Amino acid sequence: MAMDIQEVERLIKQGLPDATVRIEDLRGDGDHYAAHVESPAFAGKTRIEQHQMVYKALGGRMGGALHALALRTSAPESA
Amino acid sequence: MTTMTSPVHERIAADIQDNDVVLYMKGTPVFPQCGFSAAVVQILSHLGVKFKGIDVLVDPSLRDGIKEFSNWPTIPQLYVKGEFVGGCDIVREMYESGELADFLRTKGVAANA
Repeated sequence: MAMDIQEVERLIKQGLPDATVRIEDLRGDGDHYAAHVESPAFAGKTRIEQHQMVYKALGGRMGGALHALALRTSAPESA
Repeated sequence: MTTMTSPVHERIAADIQDNDVVLYMKGTPVFPQCGFSAAVVQILSHLGVKFKGIDVLVDPSLRDGIKEFSNWPTIPQLYVKGEFVGGCDIVREMYESGELADFLRTKGVAANA
């Protein structure tokens, strides 16, 4: 049920190519991650929409193969 | 929002219309079965917000149905006055910034500062 941290990052960047992605493995078990995703694509979107964009990039793995991903999203200040 | 085609979607639509604050969660407010659900219960309790907790674990069709309804892949999910507010991360972020209490009051729901 676990997912590799590089795989999580790769999928997010594939879906949101201009995003800056920082991921932490919270427990070192490959199953509980925290991600901060910053992307100009988030400008003008609600938090819900921003998170949905990341979930979409993860292609349905969220809640399945990827059990716990604490997500924080933002648009760059200058955007 | 998804079109009302299935009975479970109709039930969700009725629940979020009949109750000001609804939390779809794993377990009950007294005995949450998941840390993320527990965290949202704790935040709502801390704000003194009355809410209806709906345990998705007792009904697999509801567990899947709410994910489709909200287009959101995880539980818990918080609804206020029929509007989807978010999951654990968003609720926590809004709580920490004070935004959640403001939002609830804007919606006419009593909440402590």
